[in-house]
Amino acid sequence: MNLDFLTPYGFWNPILWLLVIFVALLVAYLIWLRGNSRYKKGTEQTKPFLSGYAPESKEAMMVSASNIYWGFTSTLKGYYNFLRKMHTGDIRDYLGWYVGIVAIMLILYILWGGA
Amino acid sequence: MIWEFLANNSPALIIAIPLIAAFATSLISRVSTRARNIWVILALVLTEIFVIILLYQVFNFGTKVYVFGASSYNLTLPPDSGGIPIRIIFVVDAMSIFMAFTASTVALAGVIYSISCENEQTGQDKYYTLLLLMTVGMLGMMLTGDLFNFFVFLEINSLASAALVAYRVDRGIAVEAAFKYAIISSLGGLMVLFAIGILYGQYDALNMAMVAYRMQATGFSNLDKIAMALLTVTLAMKAGAIPMHFWVPDGYGKAPGAISAMLVTTTYASLYGLFRMCFTVFGLAANTVTLGWFLIILGVLSMFVGVTMALVQHDIKRLMAYHSVSQTGYMLLGVGVGLATLGTTAFNQYGLAAMEGGIFHLINNSMYKGLLFLTAGAIIYRIGTSDLDKMGGLGHSMKYTMIFFMIGALAIAGIPPFNGFASKLLIYESVYQFNPILSIIAMIVSILTLASFVKVFHSAFMGPKRYDVKEVPLPMLVGMGILTFFIILFGLFPNIAMQYLVTPAATALSDPVGYITRVLGGGSL
Amino acid sequence: MLFNLVYITVAIVIIIGFYAALFKRNLIKIVIGISLIESGVNLFLVSLGYREGGIAPIYTNAPSTYMVLPTPQALTLTSIVIGVATTAMLLSFCVVIYRYYGTLDARKVRRLKE
Repeated sequence: MNLDFLTPYGFWNPILWLLVIFVALLVAYLIWLRGNSRYKKGTEQTKPFLSGYAPESKEAMMVSASNIYWGFTSTLKGYYNFLRKMHTGDIRDYLGWYVGIVAIMLILYILWGGA
Repeated sequence: MIWEFLANNSPALIIAIPLIAAFATSLISRVSTRARNIWVILALVLTEIFVIILLYQVFNFGTKVYVFGASSYNLTLPPDSGGIPIRIIFVVDAMSIFMAFTASTVALAGVIYSISCENEQTGQDKYYTLLLLMTVGMLGMMLTGDLFNFFVFLEINSLASAALVAYRVDRGIAVEAAFKYAIISSLGGLMVLFAIGILYGQYDALNMAMVAYRMQATGFSNLDKIAMALLTVTLAMKAGAIPMHFWVPDGYGKAPGAISAMLVTTTYASLYGLFRMCFTVFGLAANTVTLGWFLIILGVLSMFVGVTMALVQHDIKRLMAYHSVSQTGYMLLGVGVGLATLGTTAFNQYGLAAMEGGIFHLINNSMYKGLLFLTAGAIIYRIGTSDLDKMGGLGHSMKYTMIFFMIGALAIAGIPPFNGFASKLLIYESVYQFNPILSIIAMIVSILTLASFVKVFHSAFMGPKRYDVKEVPLPMLVGMGILTFFIILFGLFPNIAMQYLVTPAATALSDPVGYITRVLGGGSL
Repeated sequence: MLFNLVYITVAIVIIIGFYAALFKRNLIKIVIGISLIESGVNLFLVSLGYREGGIAPIYTNAPSTYMVLPTPQALTLTSIVIGVATTAMLLSFCVVIYRYYGTLDARKVRRLKE
């Protein structure tokens, strides 16, 4: 069986890719083996460093899901405000969008729908 | 002899087995819970076996027709009918059976998963009855070649899935979601019926092939345009395309775990209907460029808006539901490009490849999105909340679930060597030749998808231990494992899927003339 | 004349149904709207099958062979059955929603948004 997955531009071979990634991981592991292992466990050396502040408890250090990508959403505030306005949760708006799209497509099809 | 009988009647059996099993479930559950579980699994395994038999037949012998109530199973035009296919006909071409294979596999995984996920809940008999009815609806929509029959299966499917969405009331919120879903789908169903009425009034036929044939012969009237607008927009709404997607996050987000996974294939049954209408029914008479751009624009909107909405969600299932909208966009884009270039030289250069990408993405997405919904269901089953803010540290105790989630998340983000990459690669490359901007948008969406799943992974599995839970029971892991098997199989050996499922499906879908001659040619090959 | 009157009636019934579904605040009225649309579609199907002077296609002792193809009637019957099921399900959802939310106002029944 041919393992090359042909695409319009070229081909893609997952098995070959796996081999390459395996070699890359092996190289990374070899580099990691050469690292310095003489640090002392349980001392300041293995604690996270937070600009000189005392580290908080482990639970409080976890960023909660709503706050991840805060920067992204606050940059696109205008866009997200528009989306929030669109998602009202009112069943009548759901139907309204449907009726609107049907009306638009009806006009477009009458203009350009025929062969 | 018996083999031939079963093979010839398999289109009917695929519908009949789950339908009979559905109504027998309440009787059998009187015997014992165990008997009922075995019964339901057996029914879906049998359905899957018949789907594979039919797949084999269609792959080797081409499109298969099945006429209900005729003296011979392939007698589409009885001698006394005056050249009209008067009976209900199932037309199973490579695209239909491809969809049926997807649907029955996900249904099988879902039902095995349900055995332990639902075993402490009430009303399980009706749950399984509805689940089987939902499967019947999906499979019927995919196999039928009759417009009214399509409507009937659409309604069976909508009713069963709306009832299942509402099944775990959840202080009324699930019922609210189900109400919205039911309103949308019943209005959609009625508009489909209205359009079918318009087509019937003009062409005196309900058979898709006959309608398409007569429409091409008599020219494309304004009434046809009304029917086309109603059918395409309604089915796009049922497939969850933006801006008519509002019911998707509600419905998927509140359904029980396995049902969310099956709702994905339910929407793809509608998506299949949309493709079937665009290509087979209207493809010969209408302007395919307009139709193609309709799909492309809906696809790009769905991709982008879906993924950006998913980024800000903090309910795990709602987030995945928005991704489902976003992934549907890829299919609409791929198949839309194929439709827009249909009949030109560009179709052979990249249009067919785009369609293959879209169709391949359909099966891939059913598998990995199903898997992701099942893992979300497993998390909710163990910790009882779907809020990502309250999760954390589940990787310590639910290792297998975490591995399955990682596979699903990497596949949806299009990371090699999983199956999402292969189909997305096809879509990117072929759409790039059609219009580079669309391809770039698709890639950006893929990056945002990865970002969003990194967030879920971080919030649910990473961090210090917050819940003292055990791994989920074995049947749930088996359900997830079935889907994972296909993800890895199609990822490592995409040619298997391409050769046996996707390329025949894309070729069959883009060939309405072949479909029509198969039905109206009198039944014999 | 009479022929078009039927289709005008169909359009009016469906438009009233859409009005109720889109602009009424009570969920039950929205369900009534959906039900009206359904009646309009059923009326459309029945009127498609109407032929003046045609008789039911029962060949035993038939006075003439000018008969009506029974397909639209069969479609309508199926559609009515499906419609009953849908309406019953929607109304039972309304009952449960009222029990938990204490209201049927579409502006308030939207705990699921964004």
